[in-house]
Amino acid sequence: MPGLLRIIIPAGALVASAVLVWLAWLQPYLAEQDVLKLGHGDYSLIGTDGQPFTAARLQGAPSAVFFGFTHCPEVCPTTLGDIAVWQDELGDAASDLRVFFVTVDPERDTTEMLGDYVGWVPGVVGVTGDAAEIRAAEKAFRIYSRKIPLSDGEYTMDHSALVLLFDDNGRFVEPIGYQEDLDRALAKLRRLLS
Amino acid sequence: MKNLMKFAALLMFLGAPAMADDKMSMMQEVTVGPLTLSDGFAHATLPNQPVAGGFVTITNTGEAADTLIAVQSDLAGVMQIHEMAMQDDTMVMRELDGGLIVPAGETVTLEPGGLHLMFMQLNGPLIDGEDVTVTVTFQDAGDVELTLPVRKKMHGGHGMSHDGDS
Repeated sequence: MPGLLRIIIPAGALVASAVLVWLAWLQPYLAEQDVLKLGHGDYSLIGTDGQPFTAARLQGAPSAVFFGFTHCPEVCPTTLGDIAVWQDELGDAASDLRVFFVTVDPERDTTEMLGDYVGWVPGVVGVTGDAAEIRAAEKAFRIYSRKIPLSDGEYTMDHSALVLLFDDNGRFVEPIGYQEDLDRALAKLRRLLS
Repeated sequence: MKNLMKFAALLMFLGAPAMADDKMSMMQEVTVGPLTLSDGFAHATLPNQPVAGGFVTITNTGEAADTLIAVQSDLAGVMQIHEMAMQDDTMVMRELDGGLIVPAGETVTLEPGGLHLMFMQLNGPLIDGEDVTVTVTFQDAGDVELTLPVRKKMHGGHGMSHDGDS
């Protein structure tokens, strides 16, 4: 028995320290690396402004990126309205912020459809493209979406409802949650734009 | 605490005009059988928005449950009864296949961020300040017509925050 213990105790200690190293250092490090990669990847979409939308587009100026769709009764119109309020509150500072509304429903959301839909909020660019490219972008931004069939031949989309903020180097900074308190959202945007 | 007070001050400041808006566009209360329908409204559509949400409060003063099974409007090719929810940071929406049950003696509220009457295949926009007529059908109580005032959404992460974090 003592012989066996002589193996188990060091082995246990080794496993425990490996777990500690993982939890204390490696896992947060990897998570951070993962977050920094948000938005990066191989996807090629088109904006309602006629410009391509790829990972490279995130560079050069701060951006807010939201995934949604036009057949969305509540979350997407509310978020667009919130963005309009943020722009109002931020005043001149908002002119540096680019806003991209990427559809999770390319089947129905053509550039024409999206352009009219986002057009009432100044500076918001709708983004669409091939279904496969949209899926690639969702993967890059780690956005969840799922098509949900309804009766009468209709369907809706479940989707992540965060506004993702990127700095002028195209690096992910933080998200703004759906219906997040105005003051907190503005603080995040002011930090991003300062 | 300081944040809370700031938020309360903001609510008072921003909430006041919103409340003034509310009182000029109340739905006429209607009853059908033991059901009372009140506080109905619909959200105005954004440019080119192909869908919209309608909301109403249903109180069942009767001895038996009833079920809201259908809704229709001349303005929409299709109308359905949906429930939306935020699960973590994801918006999920489901059609209530079997309709919406209103238990005896209870009140069911359709409101933004939750249950709603979904206008689909809209024939035209829902315009702030106008009305939209819908016919709702209950399994037992039958049909009743509602005149829903159309209102603009409130924005900026306040005004709709009364129901928590929806």
